[in-house]
Amino acid sequence: MKAKSLFAHLFALLLLLPFSSGHAAESAKSVGEQLYTQHCAACHGTDGDGGVGIPLALTDFQASVSDNYLAKTIKLGRPGRIMPAFATFTDQEIAAIVKHIRGFSNVAYPKDNRTPIKGNPTLGKKVYEQNCASCHGQNGEGGSGTGVTFSRPRHLPIIAPALNNSGFQAAISDEMIKHTLMKGRKGTPMTSFLKNGLNEKDLDNVVAYIRQFKQQEQTLTAEDLAPTLTYESPYGLQETIDSIKRAVLGKNFRLIRVQTFDDGYVAKDKQQANKSIIYFCNFEFLNRALNIDPRVGMFLPCRITVVESKGKVLVMAINPLRLSRLFNNNELDKACIEMRDLYIEILEEATL
Amino acid sequence: MNRIIKITLLLVLLAMSSFLHAEDLMMLRSTQPFPETMSNLQNIIKQHGYVVSRVQRVDIGLTKMGYKTDKYRVVFFGKHEELQKLTNKYPELTAYLPLKIAIFSENTETLLVTGDPLKFAEMFPDKELQKHFKQWSKDMTAIFHDVRKIDED
Repeated sequence: MKAKSLFAHLFALLLLLPFSSGHAAESAKSVGEQLYTQHCAACHGTDGDGGVGIPLALTDFQASVSDNYLAKTIKLGRPGRIMPAFATFTDQEIAAIVKHIRGFSNVAYPKDNRTPIKGNPTLGKKVYEQNCASCHGQNGEGGSGTGVTFSRPRHLPIIAPALNNSGFQAAISDEMIKHTLMKGRKGTPMTSFLKNGLNEKDLDNVVAYIRQFKQQEQTLTAEDLAPTLTYESPYGLQETIDSIKRAVLGKNFRLIRVQTFDDGYVAKDKQQANKSIIYFCNFEFLNRALNIDPRVGMFLPCRITVVESKGKVLVMAINPLRLSRLFNNNELDKACIEMRDLYIEILEEATL
Repeated sequence: MNRIIKITLLLVLLAMSSFLHAEDLMMLRSTQPFPETMSNLQNIIKQHGYVVSRVQRVDIGLTKMGYKTDKYRVVFFGKHEELQKLTNKYPELTAYLPLKIAIFSENTETLLVTGDPLKFAEMFPDKELQKHFKQWSKDMTAIFHDVRKIDED
């Protein structure tokens, strides 16, 4: 009886869920739209117009990529290049998202063709260096910056993809690389290299060369990934705060404000002085960071926290490199290493 | 019967799986312009029992220094008693608190971004903290959900 009751409840629950309508096509579309809205729209735009991510609705993009390319891109992402891997999505969920993406631009698109293209990579290298490296990088590392965000001026509607990226290499077929080289992609800076004077043999060689690219693995130590940069100050609380202010100004930052940790929660006279925050900013650095990744608001503003606890005065900052891991952005990691080193210099100077 | 239950359970789990995926960053695109979304966000944060302690106007500072930017703010919020209690016991956690959400314009739409507080668990593995990280993650999810719901209504 208990089993029957459990079954009845589960069955009723199933009827209420998105996969349960019984109309497979309609259901898949609604699930795809739901998943897209929840996981993709923030970067790629509600209608695929792009933003932090590439404009998926671009007709020429849709016309040159297979469903398998899109599916593998969702599953594997682009390690170190913003696009996360949705590794836990089921094939059914990914198919539903791909179907929704296809609805942005109802154009014919190719079937996945994984037949390898034979070419001479040595000859391809020369052609690549003359025609492709200026946008895609000498080693296929791709263009700089994050997709398109229109909040700040951008020079290009999209950035050149990293051809050495392991996710890209796994998702794309030789055929698709060649097709893109032959036809170019309207609405982006990618031009047709057939029209630019190269022949098919040249392009086969370039495909063979691109296939040799390997993504450099990032190696980080436990110290690199410590959550905070923490130092013990030999001075009293107020003296430490003054010392930090001097060190911050000495590193070309502007002091924004000094406040207690509970400022904004309780009245001034009830705030505890044993936890204080010093906020500061270097606007040139900030502008650069926002151009690398507009989502870095989570780091802002720069701050050092001073805590007097158990007879000790601790000064600490977040470790920007640790936080940067959330962004899947190697370029941001580099800026965060720079910021971490600046934090360390300030903390060391203030606690000398 | 057991087999039917197993199959049904499998189907239920499959159908629910779309709600279980965890990502490092929580992001949301609101189709509402910045002022409306900012107002909605602050109201929703308060409805979830938090106090908005400050809004950092990143765009104002950038513009004053001659850089071009659209609206860009960071909203700080927390529960005072909880923040005090936790940071008294775990001073290093202070560097990551209070909670915050970055909010910025993109054309006529607005983007919200924050890190999933569950990610704190990897940095601060103390058992006592885990329930707080889970609760914050749940609350952040609910806040983002409520902002999206206003869009859909």
